[in-house]
Amino acid sequence: MMELFSYGPLGWGDEILAGLWVTMRLALTTLPVGLLLGFAVAALSLSHIPALRAIGVGYTTLMRGLPEILTLFIVYNGLGLGLNRVMAWIAPEAGPVDFPPFAAGVIALALVFAAFAAEVLRGAFQAVPEGQILAGRAIGMSARKIFWRIKLPLLWRYALPGMGNLWLNLLKDTALVSVIALDDLMRATKVAVGVTKQPFTFYLVACLIYWLMCLLSELVLARLERRANRGLRRA
Amino acid sequence: MAFLDTLATNLPKLLDGTATTLALTGLGAAIAAAASPGLALLRANGPLPAQLALRAYISFVRGTPLLAQLFLVFYGSGQFRAELTTLGLWGFFRDPFNCAVLVFAVNSCAYQTEILRGGIQAVPLGEVEAARAVGMSRPTILRRVVFPHAYRIAWPALGNEIILLMKASALASIVTVFDLMGRTRQIFSRSFEFSVYFQAAVLYLIITACFVYLWRFAERRLSRHMAAPGRA
Repeated sequence: MMELFSYGPLGWGDEILAGLWVTMRLALTTLPVGLLLGFAVAALSLSHIPALRAIGVGYTTLMRGLPEILTLFIVYNGLGLGLNRVMAWIAPEAGPVDFPPFAAGVIALALVFAAFAAEVLRGAFQAVPEGQILAGRAIGMSARKIFWRIKLPLLWRYALPGMGNLWLNLLKDTALVSVIALDDLMRATKVAVGVTKQPFTFYLVACLIYWLMCLLSELVLARLERRANRGLRRA
Repeated sequence: MAFLDTLATNLPKLLDGTATTLALTGLGAAIAAAASPGLALLRANGPLPAQLALRAYISFVRGTPLLAQLFLVFYGSGQFRAELTTLGLWGFFRDPFNCAVLVFAVNSCAYQTEILRGGIQAVPLGEVEAARAVGMSRPTILRRVVFPHAYRIAWPALGNEIILLMKASALASIVTVFDLMGRTRQIFSRSFEFSVYFQAAVLYLIITACFVYLWRFAERRLSRHMAAPGRA
């Protein structure tokens, strides 16, 4: 039993760890990309210009209404077809090429993450009390200083619980990329199952690894939230 | 326009897939909805061992990808083929549709239980005390006071959960169920028509929009007595 998961040529421990590494890299690469995109979409949704606001609201509605796996296929196949069309034009003699699945995974997951993150950020921005901004202005802070010293710290505090949930969803959604030929934890498990014919054992281990990652994330998030709320009086 | 040209040929298959998607979601959500009230009560004020077991179950479901849960049941059951055959259950687990419904029900049940627990705990204590004061028995209090109010509180969150389940049901296509996503992938793999993905996207959005409309309608009926006088 234990030797199935040992390190080296006999066991699957190293393959599964390599898959885990891909999963973590994928999630950690998607997070900043998705956050930046989320900020941009939130800014659009809060814009005073109706056309921009419509784009922001339309994007979040659309992306949140589609299954993640459909978005992933649209991005992966769409980018693949587009890339081949461009390649056929630049270098017709070269054969068909595959769009790198890691990049396709990051783009698709970031597009989805951004839509949900934009909603969390929009809610947090609107929760910043007007009085605090007025107080900042009253003591002569510049708009930029008000953003960095007042709005951003409050935004962090209000958005953190929602962002934490989104991070957990992202971590779990990375499992989807295994269907577009990316060697993540899920796919490494699938390969091991194919050889050992022990699907239950291996998928259970994969589940336990994901669970552990989520539990650890929850611990870190709870600490971050405590830190973000320091100095706050509770009723 | 490629979108409309191919839509006519694709539509029968896509609608067939849509029916499967609705069946997957409806069955999964309904089974979960049948089990969640009892579990939510246990989770709210049951004996400690039951509460701990429920917390572990909910944490596991929430902490693992649905795809992994689906593979664990669909492929994992193969490891116990002999045992399942003697129990007469192998026929059930061999069908990917059954496995998907089972996994979706177990998954959604965890979320619905948490949502409903929140609703039960948000029912004001005064209402329960008033019911007790007029001599209602505990089952009557649950039936007449606690659950009606808890469902009203939990209703929007339950709707969100069902929409999430509908979207997640697209994963069934990976274990060869021909739901909307499965039909879409089948059409794409045969024809390489990219527009079929957009047709599927529109269908998914239509399902969501219809559901949101129905759910809001039901919500208005649930809280008719609270509507402002004059607009009902």
